[in-house]
Parts: sequence; structure tokens; C-alpha cells
Amino acid sequence: MNKRAVFKSWWLPILFAFPQLLLILFFFYWPATSVLTWAFSLEPAFGGVGERLFVGWDNFRDVFADTEYWQSVSLSLFFAFSATALSMFVAFVLAICVDRQLKGSGLFRFFYIWPYAIAAPAVGLAFRFIFAPESGLIAVVNTWSPDLWNPAKFGSHAMVLVIICFAWKWIGYNFIFMTAGLQSIPRSLIEASSMDGSGPVRRALDLQIPLLAPTLFFLLVLNLTESFVGPDTYGIVDLTTEGGPNKATNVMVYRIVSEAFRGLNYSGAAAQSLILIALIMVFTFIQFRYVERRVHYK
Amino acid sequence: MAEISIKDVCKSYGRTQILHGVDLNFRAGEFVVILGPSGCGKSTLLRMIAGLEEITGGEISIDGVVVNELEPRDRGCSMVFQNYALYPHMNVAANIGYALKVAGVPRAERTRRIVETARIVGLEELLDRKPAELSGGQRQRVAMGRAIIREPKVFLFDEPLSNLDAKLRVQMRVEIRRLHKRLSATSVFVTHDQVEAMTLADKLIVMNKGNVEQVGTPLEIYQRPRTRFVGSFIGSPAMNFFDSTVAPGGDFVLLDGIRLAIDPALGGDNAGSAVSAGIRPEHCRLVAAGTASSVPATVDFVEELGSGRIVHVEIDGRDFAVAMDEGQLVEAGTTVGLQLPAAHIHLFSLQTGLRLDDVPAVKRTIKTTVAA
Amino acid sequence: MIERTPVLNAVTYFIMCLGLLVILGPFWMIFAASTQSLAQVNAVPFNFTPGADFLHNLQEAWHRANLGPALLNSLITSLLVMTGKIVLAALSAFAIVYFRSPLRHVFFWMVFLTLMLPLEVRVIPTYNIAADVFEPVRWLIQTLTGIELSLQWNLLNSYSGLVLPLIATATGTFLYRQFYMTLPDELAEAAKMDGARPLRFFIDILLPLSRTNMLALATIMFVYAWNQYLWPKLMTTEVDYQTAMVAMRTLVPSVNSLPEWNISMAGALIIMAPPLIVVAVLQRWFIRGLVSAEK
Repeated sequence: MNKRAVFKSWWLPILFAFPQLLLILFFFYWPATSVLTWAFSLEPAFGGVGERLFVGWDNFRDVFADTEYWQSVSLSLFFAFSATALSMFVAFVLAICVDRQLKGSGLFRFFYIWPYAIAAPAVGLAFRFIFAPESGLIAVVNTWSPDLWNPAKFGSHAMVLVIICFAWKWIGYNFIFMTAGLQSIPRSLIEASSMDGSGPVRRALDLQIPLLAPTLFFLLVLNLTESFVGPDTYGIVDLTTEGGPNKATNVMVYRIVSEAFRGLNYSGAAAQSLILIALIMVFTFIQFRYVERRVHYK
Repeated sequence: MAEISIKDVCKSYGRTQILHGVDLNFRAGEFVVILGPSGCGKSTLLRMIAGLEEITGGEISIDGVVVNELEPRDRGCSMVFQNYALYPHMNVAANIGYALKVAGVPRAERTRRIVETARIVGLEELLDRKPAELSGGQRQRVAMGRAIIREPKVFLFDEPLSNLDAKLRVQMRVEIRRLHKRLSATSVFVTHDQVEAMTLADKLIVMNKGNVEQVGTPLEIYQRPRTRFVGSFIGSPAMNFFDSTVAPGGDFVLLDGIRLAIDPALGGDNAGSAVSAGIRPEHCRLVAAGTASSVPATVDFVEELGSGRIVHVEIDGRDFAVAMDEGQLVEAGTTVGLQLPAAHIHLFSLQTGLRLDDVPAVKRTIKTTVAA
Repeated sequence: MIERTPVLNAVTYFIMCLGLLVILGPFWMIFAASTQSLAQVNAVPFNFTPGADFLHNLQEAWHRANLGPALLNSLITSLLVMTGKIVLAALSAFAIVYFRSPLRHVFFWMVFLTLMLPLEVRVIPTYNIAADVFEPVRWLIQTLTGIELSLQWNLLNSYSGLVLPLIATATGTFLYRQFYMTLPDELAEAAKMDGARPLRFFIDILLPLSRTNMLALATIMFVYAWNQYLWPKLMTTEVDYQTAMVAMRTLVPSVNSLPEWNISMAGALIIMAPPLIVVAVLQRWFIRGLVSAEK
């Protein structure tokens, strides 16, 4: 898509593009190049001095040979798919209900969007309290039988907790896009199908879901990407479980950041980062290829 | 006031050529109308004069200065757009005065000229309104005000009336003509509406498929269309056509049973060639069936216009439109006689589409006779 | 809706109320906890009625997390990031849409690719460059000319450091590009006929016309900036430059004694209020910004 009316000037567009160009070169491409070189070389630990040694694919071999890495991958996969499914399901049910446009549904819509405003760490802190083993909402089950619920102690419980956090926060976002998608279905189509004698449930199955499919697919890919590598996952895990207990919630993005920042394994973290970047590219490609919409990070 | 000369101007987008070498000259102060169907390249030509399109080949000069490489602001033209292109966030006064503001005209001077311009286009009361609060006709006036405030050498109009309703269009047409009389800047007006074209033009240019078909006064073009396309495009209802062949003897063409005698010189040169003969509905006459030198025809249906009517008659399965006066009455299904006055028959080569007698200005002596 | 189905309507309302419980329940618990005393908040089962210690808890959280300066830091950086993103987006999109240089494609794709380089995967090198911004410049000059410079600029623990690395914006650029594309070509042409040069057109026509676009962008970018966590956490070691989101970490109750969730929740309530207010009050703009950024 191009404008017919354009201006002639060689210096003005350069001047206008310059600030952004400078920032992305300094804070995106320069660091990305570092990640690239580190991933293929052996870097002295954080703060250390020494020669950088080119080691080819060695770092990747080390990463792939590490059972802890594969554990982290499977945790991430489980987390991403569960959180996405839960969030999208709840948002979808709510969106379908609100789209019936009953009296007062505007009010419900108003509140359903709220979770998206809350920062991931805040969500983490709040749910850490709500789902705490000794106080809050769920603690009561532990009075029936001790340790029926204890995310500080059991890995599976901790995983459930972070999934709930992520899913809850993203209900707002998914809801916004689903209602927008449902609204864009022409009223006349719905009217035509009700003239054909289909009830509201039939219509949802035969009409709304198929027509919403592109939106749903877009959200599916976006949710998966965000839960896999997004900042929200990091923020939630950091404020609730810190990867524990016993590394049971040590998802890929949390592992990379904490490992890199403790200065433990520079080159390994870089290799893992590259793998994640490759994954994002695959996700983005899928998004482009099949929905022709852009992935949304910010 | 400025002369515009267009020499062998071409335009192409990639491989598709939009204009194929256009040569035109507009005299200073002339009101030029470029008429043609959509996609004929008329707007492109106008936008090239304005400087909004690159010139692929050839030369455009305004007042003797070649403007090919000049920016729009340096060409001394102003333009009224089809959708008006008013700045939605500025009020009427700011819209009209924007060009002066850009040019750095002092505020007091600017205000004086805005008020003056607003008076000319009849917007004094509306200077504080935003475009969204104006009617179509008022927006049109703002667009005109914006064009005239700069006192340009050349006015360019890109189908400015096509977004107005029919009544307003007629009214604005009159106002544009009046404005031109008052300002007398060279004006180039692009339209696909032939009534607009005929009524406004000093000089009318008919274009088709990237070529200039004919240049002349509206009357010249109406009376002597140079090509079959011009004949068919100008005039409402459209000209009736029938295809035929100049007889071997070269003195007549045949329409079924009708013999049309044509100028022997003209006919002789074109003996045996296929022609398209055209006659305007307003020049056909309906007479009582059997009248001498008339063709028998059946009345198919009648379109009532109030001021007259258009009668569609059928000859051998072919539809002929005949414009009739208010007084005459005919009824569908009756048989009538159709007279085609020889003086009003136009002959075009079927091959080239050109008028047969275009190049040699032969005085035509065509007679119609009906074969027994 | 089209037909009368009382049973279905009742089911719909039931589901919607359930949804409301899921969405607002946590908000209510945060609020209720923040009003209770230490004993109340640790009661099992949880008591949903508010207590009387709201102000006390707020004060306590305010002191403990040093929220005064932290909130101010958050506000300053959020506003700067928000403004910076809008300006950058408007400028970049103008360069991409309104000129026909072949370089604009390169630029567009460079901006687009930043979407695939989230902070999480380039933490350390980004930290390093923030600690020494001129490293690439020195490197470039040294490779080109062999001259070693001693130019240095450290962004750690500064507002520039909190803001600059977050300002580049692919989303905003796309949003502005989208907006420019919807404007009719005739607008630029009319401006050209009126004698306006590109800069003039940008300032007089495009910027005022993009006001709604700006507002939509401002809401989503403010929320985005306020909720930043990883970057400010990494690069601020001095309390003076801590943002509210980072300060929240100090509110996590210690495990050794009875957890002071009432204080934690009071603090969380304060910290999450600003973006929540933006989303609630400017919801129309917020949704518009989010949805149109995706197209």
C-alpha cells in the first residue's frame, strides 16, 4: 500500500527517522549482535576479563545436553498452553454473553477489561496472597486436611498458581479483541440466520465461531508467544514463586533472565536467547502467513 | 492570466501508458473544459499541470516557462478537488487563508483578504464553522475560496461538481462561470458530465483512452464531431448509429431499404468501405406512415420528459431514439414514418472511427431517397 | 437480540455475574485485605468485609516501600516514555508514509524486527550498553580510524536510563502509519497546492488531525510504561531511582513471621491504581489504541 501524494526531500525523512533509528540501533541491534556473538563463543563470566573464544555450536550442544533445560522447555510449554487455553476460554464465554447485548451488558464489559491494566508483578503479588496456603481465599482447605493446597511446597500447585495469574490478566485483552471481532460480524447475517430458524446457541456454533476464527487464531498465537517469552510471565513468576519450589516453575524466560543476571552462564543464556528469538520468529511467521495480522508486543 | 502549452506529453505507470502524447494550447484567460469518460486520462493531465503527477515525457509550460521540474507551489496554479480536500480541523477562515499563512502574509493583510474572498464566494457568515458543519455546496464554496484567494495565474478544477446534487450542480455551474468572468484567470476544468462541459467551456477538449479526440468550441464539437467516439459521447440522448457500406458506385450508403445519397467526391474516395452513419435523436423526425422519403418504423415505447419526449422506434429490430417536442403525441405500437434529414447525417469510417469529411472540408451534399 | 428467550437470558446473566466475580473478586480481596488488621487478614476462612485499618495500612506500605519517591519516579518515567513514543511514532511513520525513498523499506523492517527482540532475550547486553552507551561509537571509530576515544556515558541509575531504552516503538509506528494511510491523498495535495512544504504539512495538518490517535496511543503507552518491571529492576540499584513497580518487591511479606498481607495489599492497591484509572476512565481510547495497533 502506497500513498499517491508524497513529498520530495531526501534529508527530511532521514531526519525524521533518525531518532528512532538511533534508539533501535543502540538498544536493540547492538545488544542483539552481542547475543549472537556470545552464543557462539565462550564469554568470561560477568565482570571478568579475558579473551573471547569462538566455539561454534558448542554452547547450543551444552544447552541441549542439559536435562534442566529440557525440563524448563516442557514447563514452558505446559504453562503456555494451559494459560492460553484457560484465558481464551473464559474470555470467549464472556464475550459471547456480552455480545447478546442484554440490558446492562455494557457495565459487565466495562469491568471485564480491568485485568489488563494491572501489571504482571501486581497480579503476582495479589494472587500470591489470594492463593496463599495460610491465609486468603484457599487457605480454608488446609483446615480440612493439612497441605491440601500449598504452592510454596508443591511444584504442581505453584504451576497452577502462575497459570491462573497469567490467564486472569489476559482475560481482559482477549475479551477486548473477541468482542471487537464479534461486533464486526454484520447484524444482517445474524438476522438472516434467525430468519432461517436457528436459535442463539446454534448461531454461536454455526456463525459466530467460524466468523471469529481469524480473531481466535490471532489471539491463540499471540497468547502463546506472550506466555512463552513475554514480560508478563517473567513478572508473575518473579513475584509469586521465583521459579520454585524446586524449579517447578522455572519457565524458559525466567530461567534465561535469572541465569544471565546472576552471571552464571553468559554464553549458555545467549544460546537460549537465540533459540527463543527463533521461536518468536516462527510464531510471527505463522501469524503473518495465516492471519496477515501483526504480532503485538510493544 | 497565463498561457498553457502542452507538448507531446506522455504519462505511464510502469508499463501501462495513460497518456499517449498530448498536444494542446490554452490561451490566456480561456475557460477550457476537458471532457471524457472515466479512465481517459483527463484528471492525470490536469494533475500534471498542477504538479501533482510526474511528467513521463514531453513538456508543459505555463506563461512560457517549462514547469516540468517545478514544485506545485512554484507553478502559480490553484486547484479545486473533487472531494474538496478541506482541512477538517481548521475553520472556514483558516482553510481559505492557509495558503497566505504558508506564504507568510501578515495577519492583518490575511484577514482582509479572507473576508474579501469570503464575500466573493458568499461565505461571510460562516467563517468560524468547521468543514464538518457545512453543507456540500458550502464546502464547495470554501474550496473555491481557497483557490481564488491566492490570485493564481491558473485555476484547475478536478470534477468539482460531481459530489453535489443535481440542483446545486446547476447553480454552482453558473457561479463558476460568473467567477471566471470576474477573475478571468485561465481555467482548466475536468469533468465527465457533458452538460457541464458544453455550458462552461470556451474551448472543449474531448479525450478518450489517453488521446485527445477533438478540440473546439462546444458548438463545433456538437455539430461536427471529428470521431465516432465524440459523436457518441456528446449529446443526450446519444446519437443513433447504423453501420453500412459505401456502395460500389460511391454515391450512396444503404440502411436496409434506404438509400442515402452522399457527396460524390467523398463517396468516390471511400467506395466500398465500411462506415458508421450517425444522426442525433433531435434531428430525426417522425411523420405519418407512408409519407414521402420516410422509413416505416414501429413505435416501441415513449420516455416522457415533460418538456418533450424521447420516442424509441424500431426498424428491422434496430432501436432508434427520436426526440420530440412537447406538442407531438405518439402511442406505442403504432406504425410511423421516420425521416432522417441528410444535412444532419455524420459519416465515420468504421475502421479508424474518423469522420469521412474531416480532413478535406468538403461541402456536403447529401440527399436521402427511399428505394421503391 | 432478536428473539425472546427468557431462560437463555437468565443463563447469560448468570454467566456474566460469575465472570464479574472472577474479575472483580481479586480486586475486592485486595481492597478488603488492605483495610484489615494483621490478625484479621490472616483469619481462615477469609473475612470479606472491610476492616478499619485502611489508612494505617496505606501509611505503613507508603513508608516501607518508600512509595512517595517511587511513585514520582514512575510518573516521570511513564510520562516521558509515553511522550517519547508518541513523538517517535509520529515522526517515523511520516518518514515511512510520505516519502518514496527506497530506504524507507529498510527502516520499516528494522523497526518491525524489534518486535522479535523482547528485553528478556537481550537483558545482559542491553544492560551493558546502558552502562556504557558510547561503546558502539568507540568501537566504530576505532575500527574505522584506529583512534581510541575515552567517550563515556553511563545510563544506570538515571532517568535517561529508565526512559531511553523503552522509547523505540514498533507498535506506535504502525499505529501512526495506519492513521496516515487512512487520510485522503487530496489532503496532502491540497497542502502542496497551498504551498506547504512537508514539514509545514506535518505540523499544521497531520499533528492536529492525529489528536485522537495520540490519545489512544497515550493511554496504552502510559499503561505499558507504568507496568514496566524487568528493566527498571535491572538498572536501578539506587533507591532514588526505583519505580513503584520495583518497590513492590519490598512488599512481599517475609516468611518468618505472620505475613503482613494487609500492608502488601495496601501497597499493591496504590501501585496499580494509576493505570487502572487510565483504563477505566479512558476505556474508549484504550480499546481503540489496542485494537487498531493490531491491524
